[in-house]
Amino acid sequence: MGARTPTSSPLRAPAEFRAQIEALRPYLLRYASLQLRDAAAAEDAVQEALVAALAGEAGFAGRANLRTWLTGILKHKIVDAIRRQARERPASELGPEADGGEFDALFDRRGHWEPMPTAWEHPEQALNQRQFLAALEACLRALPERTARAFMMREHLGLDTSEICKELEITATHCWVMLHRARMALRLCLQENWFGK
Amino acid sequence: MKLLLSCKETARLLSQGEDRKLAFGERVTLRVHLAICDGCRNVNRQFKFLRSAVRALAEADTGN
Repeated sequence: MGARTPTSSPLRAPAEFRAQIEALRPYLLRYASLQLRDAAAAEDAVQEALVAALAGEAGFAGRANLRTWLTGILKHKIVDAIRRQARERPASELGPEADGGEFDALFDRRGHWEPMPTAWEHPEQALNQRQFLAALEACLRALPERTARAFMMREHLGLDTSEICKELEITATHCWVMLHRARMALRLCLQENWFGK
Repeated sequence: MKLLLSCKETARLLSQGEDRKLAFGERVTLRVHLAICDGCRNVNRQFKFLRSAVRALAEADTGN
């Protein structure tokens, strides 16, 4: 030992770097769980990301935000996990999801809202309330599996629809339909369980 | 292309507007509808709010 002297780039000591990464584990676990809905799969994705991060420490040197960097690595591991899940449980085994007619009851015969959606009061304040976030999580869990997966890939991972289509092996049109269905269902769920109360 | 959209069609376009760049004609018909429809204006805001809400979930302290 002793051969490893710091070079010009001020790489932090491995132990310190590891500690900083470990401190972010709870955040990363939550990040992965929101998408994968499976504690074990989330643990695995985080573990893979941390291993990759420790091996690629040099890639971080000089970057401003460790959490952003780690989250970027984790996203790739989550997409890998989604691919694995899809392989283990092909869509054909999941059974049919609704055909899109499930929101017909919200409209009259001419396609106008019945009743008219009302404005939500102070939605941005709800974001700071733990009970609201719990209600939102419950609404997300109530979504059909594939619909939720596509929606979270879009809004949580921030992927483009083209990437989502590719990973889920669906057409762009099908992708938009699923994302729309998710938004309609979540809007209705939050209306009924939070804003409309 | 239709000049007047129903609320049902509008909701679908509003959602797609979050996921792809709408064509010029689509944006025009949307704007016409939103100008006269409170319900769809509310839904538009609510769809956009869902995005910030999901972001807030990731940031939330999970503490038990």
